[in-house]
Amino acid sequence: MAAILAVTEQRSNTLRKVSQEVVTAARSLADAMGATVDALVLGSGAVSGSGDLGGIGADRVLTGTHPEFNLYNPDGYASTIASMAGGYQAIIFAATATGRDLAPRVAARLGQGCATDVTAMSVEGGKIVVTRPIYAGKALQKLRLLGSPAILSIRPNTFAVKPSSKTGTAESISVPAFTARVTVKEIKAAAATTLDVAEASVVISGGRGLKEPANFKLLEDLAAAFGNAAVGASRAVVDAGWREHGAQVGQTGKTVSPGLYIAVGISGAIQHLAGMRTAKVIVAINKDKDAPIFKVADYGLVGDLFEILPRFTEEVKKLRSEH
Amino acid sequence: MKIAVCLKRVPDTTAKIVIAPDGKSIDESGIKFVPNPYDEFAIEEAIKLKETAGAGETVVIGLGSDATAETLRTALAMGIDRAILLQATGSPDGFEVAKALAAELKPGGYDLILFGKMAVDDYNHQVGPMVAELLDLPCITTVAHLTIANAGVHAEREIEGGIEIVTCALPAVLTCDKGLNNPRLPSLKGIMAAKKKPLETKPATLGGGSFELIGLSLPPERSAGKIVGEGVDAVATLVNLLRTEAKVL
Ligand SMILES: Cc1cc2nc3c(=O)[nH]c(=O)nc-3n(C[C@H](O)[C@H](O)[C@H](O)COP(=O)(O)OP(=O)(O)OC[C@H]3O[C@@H](n4cnc5c(N)ncnc54)[C@H](O)[C@@H]3O)c2cc1C
Ligand SMILES: Nc1ncnc2c1ncn2[C@@H]1O[C@H](COP(=O)(O)O)[C@@H](O)[C@H]1O
Repeated sequence: MAAILAVTEQRSNTLRKVSQEVVTAARSLADAMGATVDALVLGSGAVSGSGDLGGIGADRVLTGTHPEFNLYNPDGYASTIASMAGGYQAIIFAATATGRDLAPRVAARLGQGCATDVTAMSVEGGKIVVTRPIYAGKALQKLRLLGSPAILSIRPNTFAVKPSSKTGTAESISVPAFTARVTVKEIKAAAATTLDVAEASVVISGGRGLKEPANFKLLEDLAAAFGNAAVGASRAVVDAGWREHGAQVGQTGKTVSPGLYIAVGISGAIQHLAGMRTAKVIVAINKDKDAPIFKVADYGLVGDLFEILPRFTEEVKKLRSEH
Repeated sequence: MKIAVCLKRVPDTTAKIVIAPDGKSIDESGIKFVPNPYDEFAIEEAIKLKETAGAGETVVIGLGSDATAETLRTALAMGIDRAILLQATGSPDGFEVAKALAAELKPGGYDLILFGKMAVDDYNHQVGPMVAELLDLPCITTVAHLTIANAGVHAEREIEGGIEIVTCALPAVLTCDKGLNNPRLPSLKGIMAAKKKPLETKPATLGGGSFELIGLSLPPERSAGKIVGEGVDAVATLVNLLRTEAKVL
């Protein structure tokens, strides 16, 4: 029977949320092709969360354990996946920092191309057809994947996790001997609570309208009121050194597809729009009613952000405490 | 140190994208083409590393149409020593480009091969690590901070919610991210000098690839924006709409 391999991600032996999206995407493809789903978990010990993968569509959960897999190990991961690739119709990764590094390595080892950042998939005439944004989302490319296995990565926050009742049978696989040419020494974590803009379901971004770095506190307060929100930034403020590069949204920053995007004091330059136009709902707060950001905003609020934000935070808090 | 930089010619980031009548390519008329912004970080890093070492050679390689020569000249004007144009037509997929670049790079004896983390046109994020695999070299992607000492590479790369510290030995392949450096603008003197620098042209050999392009389309337009109101008094209306209409609260 045809099978699809869903490559999950863990950090500190805890499965990352995006892994569930990968398994969900694999499940929908498998259902369309009459295939089974194997979820692959690589770690240095038991990985918490892997027991839940049956509930979102994994027929088997294959675990490969190696002492050097506590952190990402590019050569070890690539060797393991390449060694087990035979027999799979498709191998699906997440288009994350790890997945974007790993998928092309595996593809090259298997002599295949790799379709990255896929936002939709279907099966036509037995072949996988994917849609992926190009030109920073200004166009969509539709590709039929001819390779076997087809190798692709899905954009985070795009495939909503769906419950399913598969067995998720746990099996262990052997990790082949490999030479680690690259070593991940450590992860310097940002504050443990910091969500990444590419993965958060609510993103609140600030621009030059915030006037000075300390005022980002207003956005952090609003993010805290939402609970599951990350704070992003325009390039203007990143270049000014107010915020980290990792927070930049746009053509030369991150592409985000959250459920809710709130742009505060951001004019809406084309390069910024490129990074956030696929958000499900867009809110803009700007004192200039002609700012281009209002053209893409589902809900626009014209006014001074310094007055609006504290009230906004207060209202959200109020609502949250009621529900 | 002998350093290679792979450079792609891409549409300017402000370009309006119009799909050509064939439905499979973009209408290039009126579009300004520029060096891929991430490749500028690679060019700057190569020039800086050579300047610091006080010796070595920097080479820029571009695969594409003959117009790519102009893009390569920009790299020469910034300070790269010489250029190689691998002539190709159409838009080959990432693995085909990687194979052609790897074939050119293999006999070159490079200590370091630099790429951008991605091309802003195809958004592939893949040619660098693929070339590394084909050449059996260590590879670190999306490098935002770099130290090279005693033939060793110490790099920082941004990951979700943190920074990964990664090391490897030279020779190596690196892909460059924003934050690595501030690319210089070509000086007038550089532009004049670039005209005399060597630019070698040869045909690339490309295979059929792993994909069939079905077509390009424009993304669905977002429905026209709506102004909820003005000033602090409209906040309550906004929050109410987010809860009842958009259902995101
Ligand atoms: C190659 C290239 C790549 C780029 N990539 C990116 C990218 O990835 N991401 C990105 O964001 N940009 C990118 N840019 C930059 C982009 O063109 C803009 O310069 C940038 O997005 C502007 O940032 P901003 O909106 O914060 O600032 P501005 O354009 O200065 O806008 C500030 C806004 O704040 C509003 N404002 C001011 N005070 C208040 C107040 N008190 N209350 C409410 N509103 C207020 C103003 O009305 C204005 O609209 C790129 C540019 C180039 C050339
Ligand atoms: N046609 C090309 N010619 C030269 N270098 C390229 C080409 N395509 C991609 N690259 C390099 O590979 C990097 C990643 O591109 P991509 O994988 O297409 O997103 C780019 O930043 C360039 O450094």
